[in-house]
Amino acid sequence: MDTHRHLDDELSSLRDRVLLLGGEAEQALDRAMYSLSERDSEVARQVLDHDDQIDHLEVEIDRQCIDIIALRQPAARDLRFVISVAKMAPVLERIADHACNIARAAIDLNNEPELKSLLDVSRMSEHALKMLRAALDSFTSSDAITAREIIKSDSEINDLYNHTFHRLIELMVTEPATATRDARLLFVAKHLERIGDYVTDICELTVYMAEAAFIKHSIKL
Amino acid sequence: MPVQTAAPRIEVKASAPPPTAGGKAKVAVRGLDFFYGRVQALHGISLEIPERIVMAFIGPSGCGKSTFLRTLNRMNDVIPGTRVGGQVLIDDHDIYAPGTDVVELRRRVGMVFQKSNPFPKSIFDNVAYGLRINKVTSSSSELAGRVEEALKDAALWNEVKDRLKTSALSLSGGQQQRLCIARALAIRPEVLLMDEPASALDPIATSKIEELIFDLKKQYTIVIVTHNMQQAARVSDTTAFFLLGKLIEVNATEKMFTAPNEKLTEDYITGRFG
Repeated sequence: MDTHRHLDDELSSLRDRVLLLGGEAEQALDRAMYSLSERDSEVARQVLDHDDQIDHLEVEIDRQCIDIIALRQPAARDLRFVISVAKMAPVLERIADHACNIARAAIDLNNEPELKSLLDVSRMSEHALKMLRAALDSFTSSDAITAREIIKSDSEINDLYNHTFHRLIELMVTEPATATRDARLLFVAKHLERIGDYVTDICELTVYMAEAAFIKHSIKL
Repeated sequence: MPVQTAAPRIEVKASAPPPTAGGKAKVAVRGLDFFYGRVQALHGISLEIPERIVMAFIGPSGCGKSTFLRTLNRMNDVIPGTRVGGQVLIDDHDIYAPGTDVVELRRRVGMVFQKSNPFPKSIFDNVAYGLRINKVTSSSSELAGRVEEALKDAALWNEVKDRLKTSALSLSGGQQQRLCIARALAIRPEVLLMDEPASALDPIATSKIEELIFDLKKQYTIVIVTHNMQQAARVSDTTAFFLLGKLIEVNATEKMFTAPNEKLTEDYITGRFG
């Protein structure tokens, strides 16, 4: 059954690549937030410089998915896996793009006086990173139960974002001198909130891969 | 072809309700067992084939799918030592009931085989053959009309209309197979059984047969046996998976190829069998 061994090898290579991309996205976010909290613009620049490699990896995964579909015609769980990876790769690449935007904001903020506090933004990033790691783990183990739990936990990031939003607006009114910096921090919070949404997309794909169930846009989990 | 006597029956076993794919059942099979001598080839098969759909039978070699296909118009009767049990109902009539007119049955349930088998006659005479022996028409103009209609239905008319009197053996493999389909369609069957009809054809000829199947299901109930999983996925509405003489799963084709219910089915269609 050489053909099937080839397919297994290709699926295994695809899994490795998408997890590598996931790891790169996770690291980009981690380092971008580090550059913000530690005021280290050099690390932020490294995040931006590395983004091309992440884009390249996404294209490679795209091509590999197309090749497998065209040449191997996978079915059932194999097909669901390839489709999930093909949809997941751009999501991971976009997470890395948001990390780049955070790195750009960090460079700008680091050139200005330090804010008294990053408010809940640090907690948001910790939660986003935790969600992303758990989502990649649940994808690796085809664990739809955990994936559903992670989707539910996105509400925590949304709550933190809402709280941060109102707090920063208040600060802009009460301390107009820091308004520009507060606005930049608000964008960082928004990027983290969007990352939470993207992690939700990854988890929906994991549920599809594991159970062939479409839960996107559904309220009932 | 001589009329066959009904094969000896065995006791009908109680079986689970047949899976229903939806719609009115043209063919309903209940607890079907089939034996080649002492060897049991089919075990308690129950399923329903709704009217005007394409159902594909898939499974590894020797799983019984072709045997099962041939039970649907009693083609297995010609094999000595075979026995059948259970029921095959077409429009609620048991085709294995004593007194069944097997020639009439095979007129209603036509068959196309893996290898095209045109008679060494002209294209016209091949299609007209069934009409003549069944004395379907008395006038030559009506006969010509039925031949033309069958060739059009088989998507062959435009390719052969100017050479109807030439030998059928001069046609390409794909054309010969479509001629055999035209021959089967000429006597206006209700059900068309196809046993790997495109397995010997190139991709272009295969594509024509598949398009033809798609068009024919508007008028006919079609059952196709195929080893080509992509073909089953392309042409059928419903797919049945057989293994070791048992029906493992019947499901909508899109479900079967994306998320089958049974692990055995999943293992087979993902090529991880054995």
